[in-house]
Amino acid sequence: MQVIKIKGTDDTPKVTLDADNGIFEISGRSLPEDVVAFYDPILEWLDEYSQSPNSKTVFDFKLEYFNTASSKLILDILLKLEEMCDAGKEILVRWHYPDDDEDMQEAGEEYADIVEVPFEQVSYSVD
Amino acid sequence: MSEISKEKKDSLEFVYDLFLKMKKHKVHLAYEGEITHQITKAFTSLAESNMAAQEDDNSVQKKVFHVMVECLQNVSKHAEVNEDDLFASTSRDGRGIFIVSRGEDEYYVTTGNLISNDKIQGLNLMLENINSMDKEGLKKLYKQQIREGRLSEKDGAGLGFIDIARKTGEKLVYSFLPVEETVSFFVLISTISRKSKSE
Repeated sequence: MQVIKIKGTDDTPKVTLDADNGIFEISGRSLPEDVVAFYDPILEWLDEYSQSPNSKTVFDFKLEYFNTASSKLILDILLKLEEMCDAGKEILVRWHYPDDDEDMQEAGEEYADIVEVPFEQVSYSVD
Repeated sequence: MSEISKEKKDSLEFVYDLFLKMKKHKVHLAYEGEITHQITKAFTSLAESNMAAQEDDNSVQKKVFHVMVECLQNVSKHAEVNEDDLFASTSRDGRGIFIVSRGEDEYYVTTGNLISNDKIQGLNLMLENINSMDKEGLKKLYKQQIREGRLSEKDGAGLGFIDIARKTGEKLVYSFLPVEETVSFFVLISTISRKSKSE
């Protein structure tokens, strides 16, 4: 499958979707000018990937910031993972948050409540 | 000074008057015009460096950043684009006024924009509802709206307002001022405490 590799900017996240090497990661800041245009290729890629996913998929979110417009699209990604999970595939979402950022931690907890998918909270030190 | 026209003299007085008023209200950023993505990026990065220089707590800086982005996006997406001379606009981006002020203990992020009167009732209900809720209520509402918001593209059904209320832990202060028969001016003030939780 084609690899998606998007460099992060001050308003869009870094994205790596690489099925062969088992890397699925979104990190950085997300407040794109057009959220739908930014996330559409990612969602399409996941649709294609879900046709024949790896036996195990570990999806890493390591966001510093996302706006509410992005929050809906992040949920869309999680719902696609949920579908794969429902179809019997092994999925793990790892939600990384800075250890001093309660809001980002809580955001992860809320997503974990909304979607039925194995969810792991991982704190990291910013210093 | 006799060479100066009345109009220019008024302008000079206006500048000084504005300067005094901005000082009095501790305004450190004020803007009127179209709210584009570029403007949002410029203002948030300006505020970030300002706050870093003020040595505000990291969590305070993040909250101000959050609130600024959501407020600017509200104006950009929802402000009424009016065709008459006073508020003429050439782009699809909404326009309005945007102010960040800093007191001893709090930051205030204020937006003002035109709104069609037929939207006031719905917006007013939504804001009243948000202000009536405690932390847990807001959390529930957020989760509900993030799911429903996916269905209606245009309106996050107030997701931005809910987020502001949650991040700041303060009530939203707002008002609708009549402008003309069909249009009003919507003012929203968000308050962010400068005291970190650990203090």
